[in-house]
Amino acid sequence: MPSPCLRPTAVTTKYALSRRSAGTGAIIIAYRSLITGPPPNITPTHHTHTTPTSTPLPQPVPLPTFSPPLSAFAQAPPQPHTQDGKPLYVPGGQAERAARAGRMSSPLRRGSHESWWSGSMGWFNAVAKTIPTYRVLDEEGHLVKGAELPELCYAERWYSCFRLPSRYRTMTLIPIVDNVLYQSQRQGRISFYMQCAGEEAATVGSSAAMLPGDEMFGQYREQAALLHRGFTLDALMSQCFGNVEDKGTKGRMMPVHYSSPELGFHTITSPLATQMPQAAGAAYALKLDEDRQGDCVICYFGDGAASEGDFHAALGMNSVLGGPCIWFCRNNGFAISTPIIDQYAGDGIASRGPAYGLDTIRVDGNDTLAVLSAVREARRRAVSGKKGVLVEAMTYRVGHHSTSDDSSMYRRVEEVKEWSVVDNPIHRFRAFLVSKKWWSEPEEKTLLAKHKAEVMRSFGRAEKLPKPKLGEMFNDVWGVGKGEEVPAVIMEQRAELGRLLKKYGDVWEPWRRERKRFVEEGEDVMDCDGRGS
Amino acid sequence: MATRAAVSRVLRPVASASARASLSTTAAASASASKLVGRNALLSTPVARVSRSEAKFLVGAEQRRSASSDEGVQTMTVREALNSAMEEEMLRDETVFIMGEEVARYNGAYKITKGLLDKFGEDRVIDTPITESGFAGMAVGAALSGLRPVCEFMTWNFAMQAIDQIVNSGGKTYYMSGGNVPCPVTFRGPNGAAAGVAAQHSQDFCAWYGSVPGLKVISPWSAADCRGLLKAAIRDPNPVCFLENELLYGVSFPVTKEELSDDFVLPIGKAKVEKEGSDVTVVTHSKMVTHSLEAAEHLEKTEGIKVEVINLRSIRPLDIETIIQSVKKTNHLVTVEGGFPAFGVGSEIIAQICESPAFDFLDAPPERITGADVPTPYSESLEHMAFPDTDVIAKVLRRHLCEW
Repeated sequence: MPSPCLRPTAVTTKYALSRRSAGTGAIIIAYRSLITGPPPNITPTHHTHTTPTSTPLPQPVPLPTFSPPLSAFAQAPPQPHTQDGKPLYVPGGQAERAARAGRMSSPLRRGSHESWWSGSMGWFNAVAKTIPTYRVLDEEGHLVKGAELPELCYAERWYSCFRLPSRYRTMTLIPIVDNVLYQSQRQGRISFYMQCAGEEAATVGSSAAMLPGDEMFGQYREQAALLHRGFTLDALMSQCFGNVEDKGTKGRMMPVHYSSPELGFHTITSPLATQMPQAAGAAYALKLDEDRQGDCVICYFGDGAASEGDFHAALGMNSVLGGPCIWFCRNNGFAISTPIIDQYAGDGIASRGPAYGLDTIRVDGNDTLAVLSAVREARRRAVSGKKGVLVEAMTYRVGHHSTSDDSSMYRRVEEVKEWSVVDNPIHRFRAFLVSKKWWSEPEEKTLLAKHKAEVMRSFGRAEKLPKPKLGEMFNDVWGVGKGEEVPAVIMEQRAELGRLLKKYGDVWEPWRRERKRFVEEGEDVMDCDGRGS
Repeated sequence: MATRAAVSRVLRPVASASARASLSTTAAASASASKLVGRNALLSTPVARVSRSEAKFLVGAEQRRSASSDEGVQTMTVREALNSAMEEEMLRDETVFIMGEEVARYNGAYKITKGLLDKFGEDRVIDTPITESGFAGMAVGAALSGLRPVCEFMTWNFAMQAIDQIVNSGGKTYYMSGGNVPCPVTFRGPNGAAAGVAAQHSQDFCAWYGSVPGLKVISPWSAADCRGLLKAAIRDPNPVCFLENELLYGVSFPVTKEELSDDFVLPIGKAKVEKEGSDVTVVTHSKMVTHSLEAAEHLEKTEGIKVEVINLRSIRPLDIETIIQSVKKTNHLVTVEGGFPAFGVGSEIIAQICESPAFDFLDAPPERITGADVPTPYSESLEHMAFPDTDVIAKVLRRHLCEW
């Protein structure tokens, strides 16, 4: 009688994939027979260890009987359950307050901080009917009714006359930078660029509310924030050209991926929203660091990035673990070509803040002063509470997504024109400054001329500067600790390039030409033992 | 900002118990610890385990929780080694902290972080929400801001949800930031096939992370490996993927006094010749070191074949020099791993040997012994066939030498 057990009789190769058995692909398993009868009485092997791994749970409590307890008859049930036939709990009513008083006493209430028992099925899909958008100035730069001008500078009042125009200076500078670099990409002088157009107020306003010790995580369209923080035009141009003065990324990152540790600006990463959990981590680090109490993180992201899992991961982490962080959403209406109506069905990004227990505000992203005010308050809340605060700035992306994009394929050119004419953040701020007599047309003319000259000078300079040393390609792959050696795989590659350069660097025309573009013309890798800078 | 050393009172341990104190347990403590052996050392995990063979090193019944000096030989489980390594590093450096799912109150799904919450408090041993991409990203962000996080994944299988943070941000930021912003983070957790947990829990990620420049990858075997290399990983300025093996957690290994000292650190990127031999070089890592050593012992006894067993310890940087020297001596190379065959660690080693001067010394084509090229099946009999064990290794080695 053959055993019905599925036991192979002759396992000649098992599954060990040696080179030979992998070559033939043959795995010989001979079964004695198919299963024909009831399963054999084989001791189960997976779950034989029955040692309890946790404390046994108590026996279930028997269900109560259907007859009401005597106590129910002893005293009459509390009356105010219904009033004039209205449902059990009217918000703000007596019954609600009574119910709320004891709401946290029941373990079932843990995790929902404002809930109470209700006999009526209360469906909802918004915490507020609509979330208002905070603004200080209207489209023409007039103060909105009820709004207050923000304190125009932080500490020193006398400084305000300089501070405000300095914001305006950055805001007017960035379109010129954008234009020059955008055109240079079109001419093939750099590989890639992203414009900030339309979002000058959101980025500059928020950056202006931050302090020097703060950390900044950008998405990629925040060059205005970076410039306002003190990044020089030369540094910006150098990054885009990846030349020898590109200290932040040493020519290793594509254009607009800025990095500036001294300004607290973290390296831009290309994958969307990865900066968000990292910002939560940086905020947590600030929370732990006694020397940095009072510092804050600001993390920029777009409406599209808010659809990434990392957005939810980051807000979840930050809200639970804490750490001062401003989540600044630039809701510019588009994720490349996807309009917001195809991006989410809820009430913007702001509606998600309360879901994570974060203080949240929606702000007119084209109003510099409103953004400044809101972010300044957000910063105060974040730092004092060591927690996250969400700011959704409503704005409009006037430029294309990037140089790889042509937005006229998915939106009307008139729509873009309308935005840039009717609701232009720069015009709005200028109108305000002019109305205060802090700015005038001659000043504007001088400023723009100066901007243009500076940008062109910086552009020309950055383009002409040589590329970093060739050996930089192999540096910083791994950090090398004290007494440690650079991994052999790096040295070998370096030596290989050096050897090839020695052999062909002078005789092969393309290489001979190319070498000249680099500092030291490749000599630094040609020492051949692979060592070097 | 990145270079600023975070020194804060918050980061200091709640109890200043030294790691050594916890290791030298009293008789009473070790008696109570031995009670926990069955429950904690082997069966504290969410899955029941199956011991696959009567392996010499898988001495489940006799294992101890902590170092003991019975019969003059000190032994230590891998779990204890990892735990003590983290504790010592947290005492040594205030910027080190641990985060992950269930690492604090529950002591970790596999009890690796046992007792650390009590010693260091909630700010340094952090239970996070269950979002792999979230806490891995947080760990990267905290590392970029000057701390040294140890990020525990319940298993590396779940780290797939955070692989972007590990590879794209952790592994590349130092290079991308022009060498200005280091990312000293340690990602750790159990890796490779466990027992009876099927396809989505049984995968070896050495080849995955080993292929990324900028990451260091460690696959330790013994208690000493785990202690020395985890301490090195935490001190390293780079992001390190520390790939442990769940089935080894409860296994005891003899440890020397030196290996128990606070200063014991093993260099990353150096392999160890676990057993010297002259006939064939076996390159292996993690749990397969156990099987390879058993197979080597068996072959030596029965057929007099002298196998040289190299425990890789680090997958990246790969210590190819040790392998080259060994192959030049033995003229034969067989790699053994618990991962899939395609594009694996064995494939890489053989390719590098074939490109090296050692190629001319080979008397036979090098061979790989790996897991089967199928998602790991659940059924015990099938799962058993899906991975190499002592018998398979012995059989292949014999054939490699005798039948070629």
